[in-house]
Formats: sequence, C-alpha cells, structure tokens
Amino acid sequence: MDKKLNLKLMIWRQKGPKDKGAFEIYKVKDIDTSMSFLEMLDVLNEELTHEGKEPIAFDHDCREGICGACAAVVNGKAHGKLKGTTLCQLHMRHFENNETIVIEPWRAKAFPVIKDLIVDRSAFDRIISAGGYISAKTGSAPDANAIPIPKENVDLAMDAAACIGCGACVAACPNASAMLFVGAKVSHLIHLPQGKVEGKSRAYDMVRQMDKEGFGNCSNEYECEAACPKNISVSTIARLNREFMFSKLTRKT
Amino acid sequence: MLDAKIPSGPLKDKWSSHKLHLQLVNPANKRKYQVIVVGTGLAGSSAAATLAELGYRVKVFCIQDSARRAHSISAQGGINAAKNYANDGDSIERLFYDTIKGGDFRAREANVHRLAEVSNAIIDHCVAQGVPFAREYSGYLDNRSFGGAQVSRTFYARGQTGQQLLLGAYSALRKEVERDNVEIRHRTEMLDLVTIDGVAKGIIIRDLITGKIESHSADVVIMATGGYSSIFYLSTNAKACNATAIWRAHKRGAFMANPCYTQIHPTCIPVHGEYQSKLTLMSEGLRNDGRVWVPKQAGDKRLPSEIPEEGRDYFLERKYPTFGNLVPRDIASRSVKELCDAGQGVGDTGMAVYLDLSAAIERLGKEKIAERYSNLFEMYEKISGHNPYEYPMMIYPAPHYTMGGLWVDYNLMSTIPGLFVLGEANFSDHGANRLGASALMQGLADGYFIIPYTVGDYLAQITPINTDITTFAAFKEAEGQVVQKVSRLVSAKGKRTADDFHKQLGKLLWDKCGMARTEAGLHEALDKIPEIRSEFWDNINVPGSGEDLNQSLEKAGRVADYLEFAELFVRDALHRKESCGGHFRTEYQTPEGEAKRDDEKFCYVAAWEHIEGQNEQQLHKEALKFESVNLTQRSYK
Repeated sequence: MDKKLNLKLMIWRQKGPKDKGAFEIYKVKDIDTSMSFLEMLDVLNEELTHEGKEPIAFDHDCREGICGACAAVVNGKAHGKLKGTTLCQLHMRHFENNETIVIEPWRAKAFPVIKDLIVDRSAFDRIISAGGYISAKTGSAPDANAIPIPKENVDLAMDAAACIGCGACVAACPNASAMLFVGAKVSHLIHLPQGKVEGKSRAYDMVRQMDKEGFGNCSNEYECEAACPKNISVSTIARLNREFMFSKLTRKT
Repeated sequence: MLDAKIPSGPLKDKWSSHKLHLQLVNPANKRKYQVIVVGTGLAGSSAAATLAELGYRVKVFCIQDSARRAHSISAQGGINAAKNYANDGDSIERLFYDTIKGGDFRAREANVHRLAEVSNAIIDHCVAQGVPFAREYSGYLDNRSFGGAQVSRTFYARGQTGQQLLLGAYSALRKEVERDNVEIRHRTEMLDLVTIDGVAKGIIIRDLITGKIESHSADVVIMATGGYSSIFYLSTNAKACNATAIWRAHKRGAFMANPCYTQIHPTCIPVHGEYQSKLTLMSEGLRNDGRVWVPKQAGDKRLPSEIPEEGRDYFLERKYPTFGNLVPRDIASRSVKELCDAGQGVGDTGMAVYLDLSAAIERLGKEKIAERYSNLFEMYEKISGHNPYEYPMMIYPAPHYTMGGLWVDYNLMSTIPGLFVLGEANFSDHGANRLGASALMQGLADGYFIIPYTVGDYLAQITPINTDITTFAAFKEAEGQVVQKVSRLVSAKGKRTADDFHKQLGKLLWDKCGMARTEAGLHEALDKIPEIRSEFWDNINVPGSGEDLNQSLEKAGRVADYLEFAELFVRDALHRKESCGGHFRTEYQTPEGEAKRDDEKFCYVAAWEHIEGQNEQQLHKEALKFESVNLTQRSYK
C-alpha cells in the first residue's frame, strides 16, 4: 500500500535573527508515504547529521496537532495544502514522487525568525496577557452547576476555544493580522456568562496589544480561516469587531 | 523506613485538620519569598498562577516557546470529580476507593483521599475560568464514563479536555505575568538542582536560544516537569518530554519512587514503520461507545465487515462481564497483547485489535458520534488513511504515563527540603496503575489546591534569602558541571545520532521492561544498558555548538540522562518480585493470568537514594498502611 517518494526540498536556512537567510536545496530518497511531514524532515536531519552538517531547526512537540508548536509554510500554504491540518498531521501520501517542496518559516514582522524555520511567537502570549482570561482567583468559584449555560453557547465557545495558537492565521494573512487569533479568544469567553463580566475591556485591550506588537489590520481576505488547522471561523472576527466597537464606545478612558 | 508525614486522625478528616495546623505567611511577607516553578503543564501553571495570586514572587521556567504548549495540552478524554451530578451513586469515598483499587493497592491512602476531596473544587474553578466543558440541553454539565469506574464522573470538553484545562491555567498564569507577579522564561531547560547545606535553593538552566548557562536562586523550588514515558522512545508523549530535571534532582539527593510503574495505554494507533517518531493515543473515552474485538480464528484475514458476529471475540466483554470494555488500562493492555501474541491480531503486522464504534454509530447516528469524537476520528484518519466511520479503528497499547517519579511526603515535598514535586513528576497518587481522567485531576489538585497550603507552611519556617546567592560555590560548581557536560557532548564527534541511541534504548526497554517482564529479561537489560551508555559517550554525534539554538544537543543531553535512569528503572522492576497494576512480572500471575501481588513482602513504596560515587542506588521503603480499605485481589469480572 505504501509508496516511496523521492523529493527535492527547498528549505529556508537562517543562522539567527540577524542573519539574512537563504533557501538551500536538499534531496531525500525513499520517503515512505505513511510518514508525517515532520518525520520526513527527521529523515533529512539524520542524514545531515551523518554528513557533519547542522540539521534544520524546526519547532514541534506533541506531533498530534494540538500543541500548536509546529509551523512552516509549505509550497506557499501555512501548514501545507491539506485543510484543517497542522504540519505534523500532514502525511506524505499527499505528495507526488519527484515533487519539489518549498519550506519556509512564518513570515510576519511580529514573528521574527530565531533560526531556520523557528520563529518567535511570544507576541501571542502578550496579547493573552492583555485580557484573554477571566480573572477568577483560585478558591473563589461557586458550584460548577450553579449557572446553567445553554448548550449552543458552550458549543460556540468551544469552537472558538479550539485555537491552538500556532500563528498560521498570521502567516496566511497578506497583512499579517492576528485578528483570527484575537477573535477566537474573545468569542470563546464572550459566549459564556462568566466571560461577560470583563468583556467590555477585553476586546479593546487585546486589540490594542495586537497593534502594539506590529500585526497588521484585517481586510477581509479570509486567508486566515482557510489556513487555520482547527477551522476557526472568520465569524469570530465579526464578533471581535462588535465587542471592540462596544467597548470603545462605552469605555470611560 | 521513610516517614511520609501523614497527619493522624480519621482518613476523612486528615486534610482539613492538617490545613488548620499548617503555618501561614502573612500577606505582607509573601512578597519577600522567591518561588521557582519548573514546567508549565497543568500542575506547574496552576501552581504558579495560584502562588502568584497569593502574593509570592514567582519565576517560571518553560521548555516550550509558550506555556500553553506543555504536554498536558494533549490530554483528550476528561477529568474525574466526585460531583455525582449523574445521580448514579458517586461520592468522594467511591472516587477514593476506585482510585486505590485501580492503582492495585500500591498508592498512599491519605493522598488519594485528599485528591478525591479536592476534585470537586477543581471543576468549580475551571468552569469559573471559562473552560467550556460539555453540557446537556438543560445547560448543566455532562459526564462520560472512563475505565475502572461504574459511575459517570468524567467531565470533558470534546476530545480536547487537556487543552481546555491547560488554556485555563495558562490564561491565569498570563494574568499574573501581566500583573508583574510572575516572571516567565520560555525556551529554557532545567539542567541541575542546586542545594546549599542539603536544602534546595535554586536551579541551573540552559537558555535554549542563546545556549547560555544560568543560575537562578529561590527560597523554594517546585518541579512539575512531567513523566518519563519517552524513555521507550516511542510513546504517546510529546517530543520534549524528558526525565532530565527529575533525574538531576535525584542525583542531588531526591529519592526516586517506584520508577518501574509505567502505564501502557491500550488504545493507541499501532506502530507502522521504523521511521516513526511517536505514537498517537485514541482517547479512553472511545471505550464508552466502542467495542474491542478480534476474529475468533487466529490468522483470519477477512475484512472486518465480512466477519459475522459469531466469528468475533469481544474479549474484554467475555473476560470481564461486569466492567466489559471499561476495565482499567493495565488490564485492557495485557489482554490486547495476549490476543495478539496468540495470533488473533489484525492489520498488516498482526499487532492490532479492532476498536469498533459501528454499533454506536448505528444506535446513536453519525452526528451524535461526531459530536463526541470528531477530532479523534479526524486524527485517526489523517494518520492511518482509514475512515473510522466506515472501517473499525485498529489499536495497540503504547507507553503513555509513568506513575513512578520523585518521592514526596504528604506535603508534596521531596527528600530534599525546599524541593516540592507536583503532577506526573511525583509518584504520589496512582499506585501501580492510573485510572483514566485522573492525571488531569491530580495535576490540578496539586497545583491549585494543595501546594498553596503546603508551600506556605514550609516558607513560614524559613527566612527569605535577601542577597544574591548565585555567586556561592554551590551554584558555580553546578554550573561548571553543566558546562562540562555540554562541551563533552558537542566535542565527542562520533558517528551515531542521539535519536539512534534513543531508539536502541527504547526498543530494549520495550522488549524487556514493557508490558511483560521476566527475571531473565530484566537481567539482560541490566547487562546491556551500561554498554549502550558507554558507547554513547564515545560515539555520539552532536553537530553545531553549545552557543546557540541546537536541538541535537538538547536531545543528546536528555538521552544521556535516560541512559542512566534506565538502569534504575529496570533494577526497580527486578527487585519487585510481584505483579501489580502496570508492573507485570510473568512469574507472578494468578491462574487466570491477572497480576498477582505479594502484600506480605511488597506492600511498600520503593524509594531509591543516589549515593555519590556508587553505581547502585540504595533502597528505602515507605510502608503502605491501609486503614480504611481491605487489600483484595483486584477483580473487574
């Protein structure tokens, strides 16, 4: 059932944040089609190591599509062409023999390259710090069933909460906007009664931080939704815009 | 004998009376204490956020690029609590008993009871944080069933419960970062623990981007660095999971408890090639609606749809009619292995069984099943290329969780004063087998509701450090050792990669110290491990230098520690001449093939002490005293 592939890889190599970086060409042979994309890179890295060369640095961890660590643009698409899929869950059966594959890091001003395919996504953490939470202190909560929440609201909250913070939305956006990431968090929390309490300032504070980090604006290209490995909907951006307008109008300062 | 400092009094009052007797630090003084937390999974993030809320100064170290990516994120199925919302007879006592029994009577009663007691507060807190747990149409919380229980007590958020709980703890942590109560350092790895006069006072880390080796001091060090299943190379754990932090702490004096207690999870996607880098779990939640079976006839190569009911062996239902497909993990895994070894396995390799949801799909409809498990089904299809709505899933056991870990007392403090250990990194609550949906419960119990009390008691009794002690000899010496190890790894310039050695070690351990262990096999492993280790240091190939981001170097350091730890792991399995939970010595089994304990000789926690200059650790025992349950042969029939 499994075929073997020979591939030409064009991979972005960059020693550090200040290095200019360039593509280098590698060839890999006899790649099993049931390998994951990252396992194919593992094969290349083992070969490079044996040749005494430095392997390709890339972020990865859980390798089951949930940690959000892996990140690369493959043939122009964030996480590759397969819809709703992280790079680690993209398998080689979706490639052709003798194909040339171009592999690059996320490209965005707010995500500077650290080395090869690894970028710095700490801007996302700072956006969450700006308001992506409910400030419930440990020990202060009432019984979990004290407030019934309509199932459809929780389902909508969960759809948005599924975001893994990988940054594909930013990489795919022509403006390198983080609106889908912010929209997902704001939507998650605003669909829940607990999240409404701080709702007013949340959208405003998170958007302000997003701008400060150097992410661009949204111009409704919908590329973010198309690239999102968790199929987060652009309707979360609409929700964010509504919350943002509301908090801007009602803010005291 | 080791003293676990278990409070006196009746089991159900121990924790509440203990809390009353613990000393407090007054709010104004809390700012004077520096706390270090290593690891940002459920235990680490929840501890760090809560201690910061209380007013301590907290410094957090995280191996990933964001705290949100710690491996707790991958937990799928759910989290247990004794809410009894289902009105099906659950209670704190029942959760306590199920956990003790599930652990095959090798866990500490007092700890497990406390875990069951605080379980309900965890659910309350997580809901308050905005964790979108599944709900019924009434708007109230829904539950599902997990192995080893006859009640529905598992709360869940689709198949992403760990993700949602971790994002809750992570956002609480980010809130405290915003308020300047927490300083967090990403992409850093703890490479040593520093003790002064036998008391934990700091850690040595490597900044994974710059390669810089740094000292950090604190009044108390909390480690929540996870388990060591990836010692087998192939496991369900993330690639960054490793035992370096706990092993380094062990070598500085922390006892290692029950290292041989490992959990092999029954329902994982089977191994399909040499190149494979990890195994993927299919949640235990699937056993709610799925039936596990193999063809009755060994070597039956027909498609599953062509095998009629009478040609199928639903072996878990046949062997364990009371619990059926929901037996605990150790029992399910052994049964799967037994059937595959007997030639009844399916798939190309014969090392798989069916996990079949077709009856449930027919009964409930595709939509309902998709609502419960769609993300798991999608993941399965992406990896295997098969659509589980049409073709039953094929699964096989894989290393998943380690019950063993650093020994801690009732306060979660290790044998090194000032070093506390939480979550999977400690050994405390699961005995010889962990029940499904209990890891999330324990991680959050430790972090949110136990450590805030017990750390306060410790700090109340010491004076805060008010000078820079990282210039002291103990720090300089430890830094020097780390620098030396790094330079030895990059300068060896051998022929084999870290992954290559890791695979070799992993295969050896899987064969000799995996699901079935024998005296002869364990001896073989003990002979072989030092050989691999000595070749490692002569022949390891780490390209690049230690002065920048170098993933080969990171891996090599972790494999080097696994090569030391492996020996203790095997020696512990060899010394425990009984079978219990996940530790199955084939010499010790009942006539029905179940694990046979020897309560007279082995009803204790094995805690191993490293002795400088000696190859073999010294065994200490903590006797397990059961005051409220009777030790019985575990039965799920």
